[in-house]
Amino acid sequence: MSAPIIELEHITKSFGSQMILDDLCLTVHENEFITLLGPSGCGKTTTLRIIGGFEHPDEGRVLFEGKDITELPPNKRNLNTVFQRYALFSHMNIADNIAFGLKVGKKSKAYIDDKIKYALKLVNLEGYEKRRVDSLSGGQQQRIAIARAIVNEPKVLLLDEPLGALDLKLRQDMQYELIRLKNELGITFIYVTHDQEEALTMSDTVVVMNQGYIQQMGTPESIYNEPENAFVADFIGDSNIIPGTMLHDELVQILGVRFPCVDKGFGSNKPVDVVIRPEDVELKEPGTGRLEGEVSHLIFKGLLYEMEVMAGGFEWLVQSTKCFPVGTKVSIDVDPFNIQIMNKPESEDEEAIGVQE
Amino acid sequence: MSRNKQLRNLSLSGPYLFWIIGGTLIPLVMMLWYGLTADDGSFTLANVLAIGEPGHAKALGQALLYSAISTVICFLLAFPLAVILRKSKMGVKGFILFVFILPMWMNFLLRTMAWQVLLEKGGVINGVLTWMGLPRMRLINTPGAIIMGMVYDFLPFMIMPLYNVMSKIENSVIEAAKDLGASDWQVLYKVLLPLSVPGIVSGVTMVFVPALTTFVISNMLGGGKIFLIGNVIEHEFTVGDNWHLGAGLSLVMMVFILISMAFIAKFDKNGEGNLI
Repeated sequence: MSAPIIELEHITKSFGSQMILDDLCLTVHENEFITLLGPSGCGKTTTLRIIGGFEHPDEGRVLFEGKDITELPPNKRNLNTVFQRYALFSHMNIADNIAFGLKVGKKSKAYIDDKIKYALKLVNLEGYEKRRVDSLSGGQQQRIAIARAIVNEPKVLLLDEPLGALDLKLRQDMQYELIRLKNELGITFIYVTHDQEEALTMSDTVVVMNQGYIQQMGTPESIYNEPENAFVADFIGDSNIIPGTMLHDELVQILGVRFPCVDKGFGSNKPVDVVIRPEDVELKEPGTGRLEGEVSHLIFKGLLYEMEVMAGGFEWLVQSTKCFPVGTKVSIDVDPFNIQIMNKPESEDEEAIGVQE
Repeated sequence: MSRNKQLRNLSLSGPYLFWIIGGTLIPLVMMLWYGLTADDGSFTLANVLAIGEPGHAKALGQALLYSAISTVICFLLAFPLAVILRKSKMGVKGFILFVFILPMWMNFLLRTMAWQVLLEKGGVINGVLTWMGLPRMRLINTPGAIIMGMVYDFLPFMIMPLYNVMSKIENSVIEAAKDLGASDWQVLYKVLLPLSVPGIVSGVTMVFVPALTTFVISNMLGGGKIFLIGNVIEHEFTVGDNWHLGAGLSLVMMVFILISMAFIAKFDKNGEGNLI
């Protein structure tokens, strides 16, 4: 992996008596698309604001290319922010909005005009120079906000839930736009969102946060396929989280039935949480699987059917392309590779910090 | 629309119609009639053109000058306050606003009289100066005293619209400007100031127009020696007993008020700077 560009060292931050971040350490690498993902109040936005210079950490340091920038105000940092509600200057036209940073930086008129053209082209809004801010749609305003940030050639672009105010279709289009932009610009994106789909779609690295702690950090695939704790499993997509017992390596017992798995090193007869994704639950003819049950709910979701199956005293969430009407007797089976074992947190504090394997 | 509904609408708007007709339209028509006629009832522009006479022109010039100066002073006092209020916490904000608005609840005459007591020859300020062994100063009956009175009486009308418009500016806009490299100073004159224009225009108008037409302040703090256009008009209506001239000069003042309203309409399209 490329060189680190931003390092957060032991960052602590509270507002009043409320602890927002507790001893947070995070390294962001050059040219990385990294996403801070978590529910509201998890500390993701505060982390971004500390990087941007809008909040000062109570303890800890922020390094930019190895240099301490903790004390630098936002206008002295070589990074730019795209705000959630666009935050465009409504008293200026589009060109002046984009030129703001360049004019403050005393660039020549020719350079500025060039840059405005280039930035508008990059966000597919050529010819919008003279338009007023309030004549643009939400999606267009967000593109202008991005253009306004990137003309300053920041090494790092901070994006604070930039797609939060847009409708679904536009949000999906903008996700592709952002990936394209990032590839064309070749700079680092630090992205904050509570939308797990957004995070999985765009990021190189996803950082799942909760209650001021990093729960898990990794590629979208590893976050989705190998959640390290119940919070991550629950937050990233739907999942069945079932208490179970690890009998020994590669064999777990859930709901009184033994399931072979591929996990090792949990010891023997240890209580664990077992995560099984709804699309990984196989429904078979009665008597041919491991656990017998009956379909209790059925919803058609377009791409697939979502069912709830009562089996072994647990309501299993199941997604399948095949339809099993309510009342159908089925038998449940799971491929060993699709069973994910997690340590059980022993206290609430441990649950917040996130139990590591 | 049914007859019943029409009747109901009329009865609902009745009091307002009465108010507008009785309080605005009739006086306006009377003003126009008096202003544009001579004693014998014939049409004339002489009363309006009388503004060109040296005494009247001087009074208008002085009124324009003093009210312009007090408007500028009000703005210089109110703008920083509005910036501070924008950043303050709710409780502090309420308290500061309360302190500045408080005098508004007192009678206008009483407030101005208070300044008379302060500025008089044997008044409070000169008393303090004497006590400190300093020579007495001539404070009252000067242009300075009138401007002081104007600023004191009309400052809240500058603060309110400025505060109103500025508290609506989103914090993220300020942060965006800083993020793009603007210093605090640049944030002020490139973002805060231009975004406050509707409030500034409202505030300037609401201070400038009443200051321009006042006669009470100049009477009480000018000692009857400094004549503003307001005093001239008052004089014609009362002592001079020439309603035609008074109304004619008032029509000239109305032109200034109309110009100010046109300004508000141009800059404050969304009513952001409205006081109420």
